Amino acid sequence: MHEMSLAGGILKIVDDAAARDPFARVERLTLAAGALSGVEVESLRFALGALAPGTRLEGAEIEIEQPPGEARCLACGASSAIASRADPCTRCGAFGLQPTGGTELKVVDLVVAD
Amino acid sequence: MCVVCGCHRNDGAEAAAASSSGDLHFGAGAARVSVPGMSQARAIQLEADVLGENDRIAAANRAHFEAHGVCAYNLVSSPGSGKTTLLCATLRALREREPALPLAVIEGDQQTSHDADRIRATGVSAIQVNTGKGCHLDAPMVAAAFARLPLHDQGHRHHHDHEHEHDHEHEHEHEHHHGPDRGGLLFIENVGNLVCPALWDLGERAKVAILSVTEGDDKPVKYPDLFAAATLMVLTKTDLLPHVDFDIARCIGYAQRVNPGIEVLLLSAKTGVGIDAWLDWILADLRVSA
Repeated sequence: MHEMSLAGGILKIVDDAAARDPFARVERLTLAAGALSGVEVESLRFALGALAPGTRLEGAEIEIEQPPGEARCLACGASSAIASRADPCTRCGAFGLQPTGGTELKVVDLVVAD
Repeated sequence: MCVVCGCHRNDGAEAAAASSSGDLHFGAGAARVSVPGMSQARAIQLEADVLGENDRIAAANRAHFEAHGVCAYNLVSSPGSGKTTLLCATLRALREREPALPLAVIEGDQQTSHDADRIRATGVSAIQVNTGKGCHLDAPMVAAAFARLPLHDQGHRHHHDHEHEHDHEHEHEHEHHHGPDRGGLLFIENVGNLVCPALWDLGERAKVAILSVTEGDDKPVKYPDLFAAATLMVLTKTDLLPHVDFDIARCIGYAQRVNPGIEVLLLSAKTGVGIDAWLDWILADLRVSA
């Protein structure tokens, strides 16, 4: 669903990069989609594959890193590894954690060829 | 192909830079050395947010709303929670309570203008955005819709982001009004969807999550990203509570798990119970935002 929108955003980032520093195609695209980023990674991979033909992304190897979710407990200050915003603190069990990691959704780098 | 030995020059040698004297430089590629077998591909470090473009336009929307004194709310919920009915009741009540306050609505649906038509029937301006196959509104859509609303022309504030001279020379195309201090309220009714709107910043002042008591009371914990992003949760259709097993306290508890600071209001657009408190919240927030 919205992974198609995100794939479009990724393609735009690729095209913008080519406008600044021209290249013909991407050999490898590395993305970071954190566990708390709200992105379904396999859907995104599928969406990129659907969008790629005829673009600079055609034939590119897609690497998707998935940084784990991390959050700080507002009650006890501990840092917990979490899979979703609904998870409790692993130390004290309180809810209401402040995400500190794993929320990113970004294009890390490209390996390009002319 | 080399005419001497018939080899194909497929190794890295083909990509060596050649100077005008015919010298070859194998250190000019990204790797800075000749690496046999590696074509001169190069790496570009980006660290670019995928939602960066949307967020940039959302920030521009936010600044634009502020410059016009407009307080914008992004109403998010599943389909059928009663957003449009609540909006119509809200607009009618606001008209009575604050007749001078400018109001406008941006409606988001895949298809039809049914919702915008219902809003217009209350006398308030509305722009319908049809997303087609899309499942959420995004910042560019809201920017385009806002430009078409009369709210856009209302009350310029003096701290515009461009220079403002008192002889009213302006680069803007629209007319300049020294309108009321408060530029008005903009309600953005997002596409019914508890998943995607959480990711797309529209430039709103706040997200308001609408949840009806005919839905499950555990929705906040099943869709944590959306409820975590909301400032206020409005529980609607409370007139139906006698007919459903909705546990209000449990629902609020779940919402506070994913968002400890979330505020909660209960109301029925049909009977009017709780509408006053909802208006109190909006008007208090509007005063704070000014």
